Amino acid sequence: MQTFLDALFLQAGYNAALVSIGAALLGFAAGSAGTFLFLRKRALVSDAVAHATLPGVGIAFIVMVWLGGDGRSLLGLLAGSALTAWIGLLLIEWITRRTRLAEDAAIGAVLGVFFGLGVVLLTVVQSMSAGRQAGLETFLLGSTAGMLFEDAVVIAVGGSLTVLATWLLRRPMTLVAFDSEYAAAMGYDVRRIDLLMMGLVMAVTVIGLKLVGLILIVAMLIIPAVTARFWTDRSHRVIWIAGAAGGASGYLGAVISASAPSMPTGPIIVLVAAAIFVVSLFFAPGRGVLAAVMRHRRFQARVHRRQGLLALAAQHPIREAYTVRLLAREGLVRPDGVPTDAGRAQAAKVARDERRWDVAREVHQDAGLTGRYDGLTPIEEVFTRDEIDEFDRRLGPPMGLGDV
Amino acid sequence: MGAEFVQFSLTPILIGIFAAIACALPGNFLILRRQALIGDAISHVVLPGIVVAFLLTGMVAAIPMMIGAAGAAILAVILIEAVKRLGQIEPGAAMGVVFTTMFAAGVLILEQTDTSQVHLDVEHALMGNLESLIWFRADGWGSLLDPAALASLPDELPRIALVCALVVVLTLVFWRWLKIATFDEGFAQALGIPAAAVGFGLMVTAAVAAVAAFDAVGSIIVIAMFICPPAAARLMTNRLAHQVWWSVAFATLSAILGYVFAGYGPLWFGAQNAVSAAGMIATVSGVILGLACLFGPHRSRVGAGRDEAA
Repeated sequence: MQTFLDALFLQAGYNAALVSIGAALLGFAAGSAGTFLFLRKRALVSDAVAHATLPGVGIAFIVMVWLGGDGRSLLGLLAGSALTAWIGLLLIEWITRRTRLAEDAAIGAVLGVFFGLGVVLLTVVQSMSAGRQAGLETFLLGSTAGMLFEDAVVIAVGGSLTVLATWLLRRPMTLVAFDSEYAAAMGYDVRRIDLLMMGLVMAVTVIGLKLVGLILIVAMLIIPAVTARFWTDRSHRVIWIAGAAGGASGYLGAVISASAPSMPTGPIIVLVAAAIFVVSLFFAPGRGVLAAVMRHRRFQARVHRRQGLLALAAQHPIREAYTVRLLAREGLVRPDGVPTDAGRAQAAKVARDERRWDVAREVHQDAGLTGRYDGLTPIEEVFTRDEIDEFDRRLGPPMGLGDV
Repeated sequence: MGAEFVQFSLTPILIGIFAAIACALPGNFLILRRQALIGDAISHVVLPGIVVAFLLTGMVAAIPMMIGAAGAAILAVILIEAVKRLGQIEPGAAMGVVFTTMFAAGVLILEQTDTSQVHLDVEHALMGNLESLIWFRADGWGSLLDPAALASLPDELPRIALVCALVVVLTLVFWRWLKIATFDEGFAQALGIPAAAVGFGLMVTAAVAAVAAFDAVGSIIVIAMFICPPAAARLMTNRLAHQVWWSVAFATLSAILGYVFAGYGPLWFGAQNAVSAAGMIATVSGVILGLACLFGPHRSRVGAGRDEAA
């Protein structure tokens, strides 16, 4: 526990602190950039982009060794990965535009083929005598062990720049994500904005290679965005909530990973993000499962209550046990189903409202008002006091239950 | 092309061909149903499946691991459906959430348990090791008739051959149902075909094929073979039966050429070491798809004029 708290407050050593801050920044950038991808319904493009970085890493290494360099310079490797990721993106776009293959087939094809090519290049690198042990495999799953200060700076600066770019581009990207045809009509170049959006995703992927690896960076782009969608229906809030969820999972994941042995950073970050997602899925207000269940229960109770009262008004027995329980709890009937005085009064009110609605439908031809009749909406919410008085005038004086 | 070929190359090539065909057949229908990425998702969740199977049984045996992987694949399909329905999330994102989470869990469990003495690691799972599946006891083509030598074939060969045969039989038996349910689900239901069950069966078959292929050749081939050969075949013809035959041909060609390029290609360039065969097979399938995209007779969308498609 102490090690966890140390790590949480950045006291667990210089390297761990660097990793935590870098992970938080990366998580924020991934969450906010991934939101647009999710809203554009192209979440899995990020998977292809991530896998398409692998051949770039291999090529960059080979080229750098060939030029007499070390081959392990992070910036060089990231530049190579960005190059092939970009080629992969353009290929997906080209395949979907030029052929009749659907986008999912294009994504899968680019993903599998680039990854295969990357593995081929990795085996080439392994057999190169000049390469020493390149350790390029760490890009598959990420590795924070022995992360240098320069690497952390690359992640921090890159993450900040991505967040800044997301902020600058948020308006056109939101527009395209929601309604690309409207955006085109407004004079935006949809294709270019799509590519910019993908460029941001690619930037996040490349920056995250070292930290979480190319297989799991996809999770940081998708999960926070999906999570944020549960909490709000407003696009600008989704972006920042997703950023916050991503940042929190990045930071917490790095902290947990630093505080215990055999806790690889990338997977832990993803699992923290997934935990936040599951909590949101069930407990978010509005779109969460629990909220939906409660909404359904409330609706059910209102329907049963009303049908029960209508039955009382018509002096039918109530046979539904749930309805009886519901009315008994309110003191409207006795447990055996016989109405109390309060129950009779409520029943008379419901029955009278029903007749008021009948009159309302005759008097008002305005479907916008009478169309709101669903048997549950109180008539007082739809019509004014004066209008209801008018209905009552036409109905005649209130009647006792027996007279209905 | 003598004894050495039979000893070192024949079995890997056969395993590669069977794996490629077993994946490409269900891939045809997945592509037409716009579910191509299910193959990607399945190949990611295979890892947690085999890790959990290893933890439960404590041994690196093929059967429990395949059961574990198949279980994980089916669990993933169910979870994706649950997330999609419960959260009203579009299928792609739901898939992304589920398979990355399961993969992360698999990596974590693997790191947490001491598996250093057994050969079970992530890279091996991803890349496979087709080259190592050689036939030690063979000493020429005559060994094909020698029961003693045949008994020493690598276990992966009969296993993947069996699964491949199973997939072929299933495709033939359910051909009509698959065809109708894939193109017009409503019509299929009107005919009394259990379309939902056919869809789920297709997923399970794809999972079984993926797991068996994964066991022999790693997950790269699985992803590439689910998509590339059928996608290339889709650009060659408008008839489903022809498309399936094309995809089988492309899958076979990828496996053979990929293995040959990986094993002998570097030697032509004066290099010493072979490169990854699984990766090369995937690459060749991508080149075939690229050629089909450029020159396939039915590459454009129906109804789209050449200007529009360009």
